[in-house]
Amino acid sequence: MKTRFDLGFWLVLVAIAVIAFPPILGQNAALREKTFTILLAIVMASSLNIIMGYTGYVSFGHVVFYGLGGYMGMYLVDNFAAPLPLAVLAGGIISGALAFLLGKAILRLRGAYFALVTIGINEAVRTFVSNFQPFGAATGIELQFAVYKPYGGPAQALWFVYYSVVGLAIFGVVFSYWLKKSKFGLALMTIREDEDAAEVLGIFTPDAKTWAFVFSAILPGMLGALFFFKNGNVEPSDAFRLGFSIESLVMIMLGGQGTVLGPILGALSYQQLRGALLTSDIVIGAFPLKDFQLVISGVLLLLIVLFIPSGFVGWLRQRIPQLRRVLE
Amino acid sequence: MTILLSVQGVTKRFGGLQALTRVTFDLPQGQILGLIGPNGAGKTTLFNTINGVYVPDEGRTMFRGKDVTGKKSYELSRMGMARTHQIVRPLNDLTVLENVMAGACFGRENHPLDAAEKIAKEVLSFVGLNARSSQLAGSLNVAQKKRLEMARALAAKPYLLLLDEVLAGLNPSEIDGMVQTVLNIREQGITIIMIEHVMKAVMNVSDRIIVLDYGHQIAEGSPEEVVNNPKVVEAYLGDTRMVKHLVREA
Amino acid sequence: MNFFTLLTALIDGLLIGVVYGIAAMGLNLIWGVMRVINLAHGALIAMGMFTVYLLYSNFGLNPYLALLLAAVLGLLMGMLIYFVAIKRVQNAPYLSTLLATFAVNMILIGLGTAAFTTTPRDSGFSIGSLSLGPITLQGTRLVAAFVTLAVTGTLYFFLYRTIPGKHIRAVSNNRAAAELMGIPSVRVMALSFGIGAMLAAIAGALIATFFSFTVLSGDVYQQKSFIIGVLGGLGNPLGALLGGLILGVLEGLLPLAMPNTWVPVIEFGLFIFILLVKPSGLLGGKK
Repeated sequence: MKTRFDLGFWLVLVAIAVIAFPPILGQNAALREKTFTILLAIVMASSLNIIMGYTGYVSFGHVVFYGLGGYMGMYLVDNFAAPLPLAVLAGGIISGALAFLLGKAILRLRGAYFALVTIGINEAVRTFVSNFQPFGAATGIELQFAVYKPYGGPAQALWFVYYSVVGLAIFGVVFSYWLKKSKFGLALMTIREDEDAAEVLGIFTPDAKTWAFVFSAILPGMLGALFFFKNGNVEPSDAFRLGFSIESLVMIMLGGQGTVLGPILGALSYQQLRGALLTSDIVIGAFPLKDFQLVISGVLLLLIVLFIPSGFVGWLRQRIPQLRRVLE
Repeated sequence: MTILLSVQGVTKRFGGLQALTRVTFDLPQGQILGLIGPNGAGKTTLFNTINGVYVPDEGRTMFRGKDVTGKKSYELSRMGMARTHQIVRPLNDLTVLENVMAGACFGRENHPLDAAEKIAKEVLSFVGLNARSSQLAGSLNVAQKKRLEMARALAAKPYLLLLDEVLAGLNPSEIDGMVQTVLNIREQGITIIMIEHVMKAVMNVSDRIIVLDYGHQIAEGSPEEVVNNPKVVEAYLGDTRMVKHLVREA
Repeated sequence: MNFFTLLTALIDGLLIGVVYGIAAMGLNLIWGVMRVINLAHGALIAMGMFTVYLLYSNFGLNPYLALLLAAVLGLLMGMLIYFVAIKRVQNAPYLSTLLATFAVNMILIGLGTAAFTTTPRDSGFSIGSLSLGPITLQGTRLVAAFVTLAVTGTLYFFLYRTIPGKHIRAVSNNRAAAELMGIPSVRVMALSFGIGAMLAAIAGALIATFFSFTVLSGDVYQQKSFIIGVLGGLGNPLGALLGGLILGVLEGLLPLAMPNTWVPVIEFGLFIFILLVKPSGLLGGKK
């Protein structure tokens, strides 16, 4: 624990760099779009990992923070021509604030009840936004082309968004790593292992859990603002798609919950697989393989849950204890 | 003599079950208080009420001169109360060192990680677990887990330590080692309440003993007074093994 | 507002509410016996819908006969899901069963989408309507409500009067004790999951007789099942019926007072409120 930023830290940073830099070096727009979805997934999974992997509370409806942040950002850009960094910041703040307000109340619920209430909150916010006129109700918000002008037009704006998401990803994993190695991180992991014992040890569990929830909500909020700015429009069914929450859970499971490297590798492999399936030309019998993307993802998820529940990194850590110092 | 803990008329009910009835005692600083009684007498419930897991239905608890009735266990921990559990609760996926660091980090002295690590290492060698510090807690055997549980509580540098059956499930030589550890803890000036079924041990180390039966405090006094109290023998009747123990110790 | 409009809306809501209730009953039975939230419930509901739809539109089989087949299919599918996806992880942290059942949901919905696409379907089935003065009720909804009540009655007879039913209740009460008494808990849990799935399929089959739907509709009804289940108390099958009635009344009456799109906001708000204030539900559930 002495050397806070040791080999494991550099490994995580190198992983992000290897993923994020190729499109920049080659100024390759097609590769940039592909990598964008991977980085998006990394930020989402790493953030969710703080409440799920470190603290042990499975937030099933975590996409609510992404959607709300997205709406907040779009609202500011569309109505007040806010610069993107400000919109992104506002997205993070509103999501963090929602998590703070909900935290004390919902984090009293344990286990499946907590998972259920987070689903309920996402659905409540989604259906509310569908009726909320300032956010465009059911049709959502669509940006005018003119908003991309300050960034040198739409094409340049896409690069600006890409650099921003790279920044978020680097910040996200560094923060994740630092948190895990901090005293607060130890408190969260103690709660995960045994919440009652944590209280007896002197951990102010309601506060600790609430802050973990807030920390896991801020980056998704910023990410949402960024994504929908790039997308040009936002509507309730895209912003609050429960499936995205669950895909993030799957990525964390795939890589290894509670580790820093796990969500990165999980997001990378999940997005690669999904991309490969969706663009596949292979036809089995009368059915093209790409129609079975959901089925194959489902089978994969089931296999992980049943046979390697600690994920790829977790499995390696269990098998080879020496790696525990390196694979954080 | 300063009174560290004062329990005044504490009563706790669960539905129709009267788990504790007006339990009252004062615990002077530096003493070891033995808490004995048949199974289901309410000993662990009393611990849970003292350290804030339960709120008493009636009565008050005073700790270091302050009324702490209804305080949460994490608040009491910060004030200097630590405990072990009858059924050990190791943080399985953390290392032995991290387990003990958690005690030092969030207990009374609220240390940062570096200082906590130093304390954790000292405490681990005190309880004889330093060789295992980088192992996962889940991989320890029962006796080691008991020591870990004790180390985690000690790392908090508490004023009051509640020990819930730390000897249960240990073999005779492990018991001797653990008894010695308990005496060493008292040497450090820590006040202890211990729930124990191993009569010989509890009689040897305790300055005073309280006997609970069906939530009632049926006897209190020095070990000699307690074993000669007919009410105590009566409470243990039906548990012939215990009676034999008691008679032999007397 | 006309009194009869109100009454019609109320009765309509109640009729549909009990049908929702039966899907939630399946969810509650599964939770009560093995503490598993079945996220594949929506897929099973959709399976019931398609069984009825395909048999009726392709072979002209009466939907109420097709419903029997849907029920049997649901039972078998439920037991299969239990052995493949649940049994191995049912003692693991609850995240495992949540994700395992969700994986099953992905597989079933994925297969359904590949086979039938997501175009809306409508069975176009009708058995006329019943008019009582100014109140007109659709026949299919009336029959659906009666079928639901019959199924509920049968379920309770089964749980309280038959040996396998008593086994289910015993395992639900205390699995370890039940096992000590020699009750084959694995078979009992497989059967419970099967019955839970069967109830979902029956609900889907009934809904298909009066609403149009797509492969993805199951999710909507699954969420209604969550709301209902939590309202009545997770793990309490009879509570599900009460929850269904409450939701039905809300869905019947609220649109008279506000735009339709606000109804789910109220429903999910209620869901969160109950979870926070009384997580054991109105009739008391199982932790």
